[in-house]
Amino acid sequence: MLVGNPNAGKTTLFNRLTGASQKVANYPGVTVESVVGTLRGTDSSVTVVDVPGLYSLKTSSEDERVAADVALGKDGEPVDLVVYVLDATNLARNLFLFSQLAETEVPILVALTMTDRMGSAGQRVQLDALQAALDAPVVDAAGDVAGAIERTLAAAKPPSLRLPLTPEVEREVDALRELMARRGVDSTRAEIRQDLFNPAEEFQAFLHDFPEVRESFEAARDRLERLGMRRPSVDVAQRYRWADEIAAQVIATDAAPKVRRRTGTERLDAFLTHRVYGLLTFVGVMYLVFQSIYTFAAPLMDAIESAFGWLGDQARPLSGGNPMVESFIVDGLIGGVGGVIVFLPQILILFLFISLLEGSGYLARAAFLMDRLLGWAGLNGRAFIPLLSSYACAIPGIMAARVMPDPKSRLATILVAPLMSCSARLPVYVVLIGAIIEPQFGAFWAGFTLFAMHFLGLVVAIPVVWLLNRKVLKQRRLPFVLELPPYQWPRARDVGLALLNRAKVFLKTAGTIILAMSIVIWAAGSFPRFTPADPVAAAAQAGVDADGAEAWVQQEQLSRSYLGQFGHTLAPAFAPAGFDWRITTAIFAAFPAREVVVPSLGILFRLGGDVDDGSDDLRAAMRDATWPDGRRLFTPSVAIGLMVFFALCAQCMATLAAVKRETNSWKWPAIMFGYMTGLAYVFAVAIHQIGKLFGV
Amino acid sequence: MQAVAPMTFADLRAGMSARVVRVDEDCLESLRLQEMGFTVGATFQVLKVAPLGDPVEVQVRGYRVCLRKNECRCIEIEPLS
Repeated sequence: MLVGNPNAGKTTLFNRLTGASQKVANYPGVTVESVVGTLRGTDSSVTVVDVPGLYSLKTSSEDERVAADVALGKDGEPVDLVVYVLDATNLARNLFLFSQLAETEVPILVALTMTDRMGSAGQRVQLDALQAALDAPVVDAAGDVAGAIERTLAAAKPPSLRLPLTPEVEREVDALRELMARRGVDSTRAEIRQDLFNPAEEFQAFLHDFPEVRESFEAARDRLERLGMRRPSVDVAQRYRWADEIAAQVIATDAAPKVRRRTGTERLDAFLTHRVYGLLTFVGVMYLVFQSIYTFAAPLMDAIESAFGWLGDQARPLSGGNPMVESFIVDGLIGGVGGVIVFLPQILILFLFISLLEGSGYLARAAFLMDRLLGWAGLNGRAFIPLLSSYACAIPGIMAARVMPDPKSRLATILVAPLMSCSARLPVYVVLIGAIIEPQFGAFWAGFTLFAMHFLGLVVAIPVVWLLNRKVLKQRRLPFVLELPPYQWPRARDVGLALLNRAKVFLKTAGTIILAMSIVIWAAGSFPRFTPADPVAAAAQAGVDADGAEAWVQQEQLSRSYLGQFGHTLAPAFAPAGFDWRITTAIFAAFPAREVVVPSLGILFRLGGDVDDGSDDLRAAMRDATWPDGRRLFTPSVAIGLMVFFALCAQCMATLAAVKRETNSWKWPAIMFGYMTGLAYVFAVAIHQIGKLFGV
Repeated sequence: MQAVAPMTFADLRAGMSARVVRVDEDCLESLRLQEMGFTVGATFQVLKVAPLGDPVEVQVRGYRVCLRKNECRCIEIEPLS
């Protein structure tokens, strides 16, 4: 079990110890996940677990508590040994957590990281002195940690740590120790101290049986409180006094102190967090990241799409000529999974940049620059990556929210990320603006509408976050603490393994939840089957000529399917928004993935499913579409209402599956789906009703 | 006797050094900040204020961290000359 402060070099050590044998594990109800691997280079099969970094075992959010419980083996698997990753350049604060860990009765091996950085400052940590002070074996993390783990496992014992006590506390501890001894309970000072400051549950149960002892403990606490030594801060202060002393003892300065030079980090920061150059650099870096997502991902996505198209063609003969089996394999299975795997290039490119930015230390600087802007909306500086990425696609955006260690901000960010207008909404805007807005109002308003649609999500997100923070996310709020670690070169192994783990997690989600949902939606649109024996004759009967017969059959199939029946049934509910059954069915057909709406509209306006957003036929058909009574269907208010509906609605099952995966609960995707769909409906109705007042 | 308004993080300027003099016990934020090293008596230096006025970057106990001014209200500080 690897435990340590954030930024202590835990993951780097973990990757070195386990190589590629990693599995991501998560825990019910919280966003915490740990990575499990097997120790390399030893004969024994030792399982190594990397849990998220912690600052304290006590003051913590729900997620941190889970991480702490896992680390201490309170949650499932017992822990044989904790490898405490100790940052040599930041001894005092790292020793603070060690002092808490040392009281939990688990054996500890200390792995000292960043010793090279100490060396370049002319200092070094005396391992022997540290080992003696901590009463735990210490190993340099750059050395043979695997061997040290094996040796320590063979003779593991928890350290017995003596925290220094102030005279007042010492007096109370000694008195209580004597009292306990009179009852026949021998305890060490450390034990009494812990009983006094942080009683464990067992001890409280013990006190319950001995009311006089309990009174003595309570009286001691009261006296300390009256001295202004209230428990939590006395505890923290004592641990730091202990940590400061040890830090002073074990650091040896080899080189004579020279004139202090500015470190590389200070020189870089002078530029990168500068009020002008820093912001410019930030904009440049973000531009590079998102330009790459669009440019480099596009050919890869096209390749994946054609690969799945080819796979579909290859699979066709497997159906033995049965059109239903063929449709199931090609459209349901291969189309459904292919439609999700197509996001993989974007995810990998984004995570490549995140790993580089995070590994180098720049991510924290960027968050420092942006915090004020996002903090105002109730988010924090780290939210800019997930939110900006969501403009390309909400799925990598939601996965990127893991750069935020605070679970409350992370959930809020995840829940609003899909409001950002992703690239899959673009075809809808293009079709509707091209069909309705541009012919009627001209190019300027067409461009303005496109801009407004992209801006809308961001504007709506602000009140949504405000409400979420106050009404839904009732978690303890910890202050925003953003450590600025020294800059360093990201390690190729760490970046590679981070990408590999993200890809594995995403593909697992795509192969399970998303596949199941694709099949359900495919079935809803394909049953009951509509297969007239003679399509041309049937079409003629409905007043459609032979040329239009195939498109007519497609329209009838969708119209008569469960999905179409659903559209017909719910059409009255969407009438206030000015939507007819065709628009309603297209909306429902687009719930699995909003980009499906264009082919669905093609089918519903009897043009067949092969239309794209540039299709003039589709634009003309939509412009000319009418209600049965001859009124125009797509008035400007309906078109804008429909665009806004698409802008706000959670029409993407892959996003919902990603939220389920990242929050590890169906509750959050359900809330997201509910609030987004509700908002979309309300906005669409409001726009149409207000539009009607003005006659548009 | 005239009470001097206690100084907090909101009064900090880049380059200043300060010492923690008192922490408000009843505030959760204060405990986390103490755990981060801002215990009574700890000294720290303000390295930078973000371009938009918040957060501030400070160096405490040998490492660098940035904090929001208004989330550090439970910590009372005094400047060091």
